[in-house]
Amino acid sequence: MAAVTAPAARGVDVSQRKVAAGLWENAWYRLRHDRLTIAASVVLIFLLLTSVLAPVIAERVFNTTELSQELLKTYQRPTFDPPKYLFGSDELGRSQVVRMMYGGQVSLFIGFVAAFMNITIGVGLGLIAGYLRGAVDDVITWFVTTLNSVPTIFLLIIFSALFSPSALLLTLVIGVLFWTGVTNFVRGQTFALREREFITAAKTIGASSTRIMFRHILPNVLPLIFVLMAIDVGTIILAESALSYLGLGVPPGTPSWGSMLTNAASYFHRAPWLVVPPGGAIFLTVLCLYLIGDGLRDALDPRLKQG
Amino acid sequence: MRNYIIRRLLYAIPTLIGISILVFAITRLAPGDPVRLYTFGALNITEEDIQALRSHYGLDKSLPMQYVDWITLAIQGDFGKSLQYGGPALPLLLERLPATLQLASVALVLQLVIGIPLGVVAALKRGTWIDNVIRVFAVAGHAIPTFWIGLLFIILFAVTLRWLPSQGILTIGKDVWDIPDRLTHILMPSFVLALGGIANYSRYLRTETLDVINQDYIRTAHAKGLRERSVVYVHALRNALIPMVTALGPLLAVLIGGSLVIEQVFSWPGVGQFTYAAARSKDYPVIMAGVMVASALLVVSYLIRDIAYAMVDPRIKVK
Repeated sequence: MAAVTAPAARGVDVSQRKVAAGLWENAWYRLRHDRLTIAASVVLIFLLLTSVLAPVIAERVFNTTELSQELLKTYQRPTFDPPKYLFGSDELGRSQVVRMMYGGQVSLFIGFVAAFMNITIGVGLGLIAGYLRGAVDDVITWFVTTLNSVPTIFLLIIFSALFSPSALLLTLVIGVLFWTGVTNFVRGQTFALREREFITAAKTIGASSTRIMFRHILPNVLPLIFVLMAIDVGTIILAESALSYLGLGVPPGTPSWGSMLTNAASYFHRAPWLVVPPGGAIFLTVLCLYLIGDGLRDALDPRLKQG
Repeated sequence: MRNYIIRRLLYAIPTLIGISILVFAITRLAPGDPVRLYTFGALNITEEDIQALRSHYGLDKSLPMQYVDWITLAIQGDFGKSLQYGGPALPLLLERLPATLQLASVALVLQLVIGIPLGVVAALKRGTWIDNVIRVFAVAGHAIPTFWIGLLFIILFAVTLRWLPSQGILTIGKDVWDIPDRLTHILMPSFVLALGGIANYSRYLRTETLDVINQDYIRTAHAKGLRERSVVYVHALRNALIPMVTALGPLLAVLIGGSLVIEQVFSWPGVGQFTYAAARSKDYPVIMAGVMVASALLVVSYLIRDIAYAMVDPRIKVK
């Protein structure tokens, strides 16, 4: 009887005792208090939404469509009235603000999908190389060194020039080319982790290599993978837009931020204001992603926080 | 040290072989037939002529055989004849190498000269507005698309203010040794190319300097009564710079890769621009020579970095 009343007597309700906050709860707490990261996330979500909802917004808000041209209204200056010329119009009288939203679709799609592929390949190979070591590690390291020694933009330009890839193929190629950084990171972490006691313990009870890699090592590496992912998406968007700027990105017809900038450069003398929005959008998107990456890093690993 | 250098040189061989296989595979698996492309519209050409051309260029053999043929000649510096210009590909490309090296080395100097002081100042003025401005710049300088900032610079400094030339390496008709004219031409492209690196260096150096100035020997140096300036520049900076040497690796890659885009924006007659033009016209020998030259540059830069690292930090084991 004493055992039953004891907690109540001490005034502690056992059912509501707070479990010690874990890594993710701590990180989430820190993130919520990091104004810069919050602001960057809001801007990024806004850009994502405007791209995804581009057809709806174009029709409802700007009363136009992606393809509608007005050859009598070319090179309109930016104006609020009518709102479809918020960023002006180009040489075919197309609304720039609408084209910007559609351009975002390409950049963001390629960025996120290719980065996801990079992370998957990079983490897998990094775990395998770091855990199995030996000949497997040598082969993977050789592959990484080789890929790292070719300036990536050269590879992309040759590939695009020779294959004229669709947006999907381009995503695939970027997805299988940019993973070396992730592999290096995961491999290094795995090297260190595999010597720890809990891995030895897992081995003693007969866990398979696959199980140790994916159930024991991976969760320890995972938090910082998100940081790498955010930065990777930004880097890919920069590479894709450079490619589009050089006229080698997604096929013409699909607006992308990079190709809009090339276009703006050719009509610069008629409409200098066209140069600002596409570059600004790339800059803003990548900046937000890098800031989110930094914020995540600080939140997940406060020891690394500098300043 | 000599053995270390020799060993590092040997390590570069499998890397270069890997690159050559990769590039060869991409160029040969591409759709489109170069022979048909270059005979397109030619009158009086028969199917036999096309076959003859194909066997003349060795394009009728199996892929591995073509690779062996190609690599045997490539090692001797023979990448074949440019389909566009007719001359051998490698010499055509090497003519453009000095321009790229000039651009990259001026950019590297700018990165060091601007980036390092920014990082040190940010660390010393930690928490003040100066620090914040430098930190914002360090992220922004990384995220900004170089071709866009290049375009804006051209619009501002070349078109509107007319201070600097917008393209080329030298005003046509001027003497090759007209240094002031060359400087005005290289200023914008090299600065734009350096931007990412400046951001990166200032960021790294801020962290490293903060790390170092909290260590005991810095306190000792202060306690000895040394002037602030000699503590920072003699004691702190020298140690903070060591990890910077490793940071050089990815930055060199950015420098060589980035120069391709910058050369395009500023019509800089370098390796990147030439390779880009070759890629657009499917000039296979030049493309392959271009990528191999750019990669070789990178491999050599990595080599120099590793040797520099071993020399700067005696703790690195040179086995």
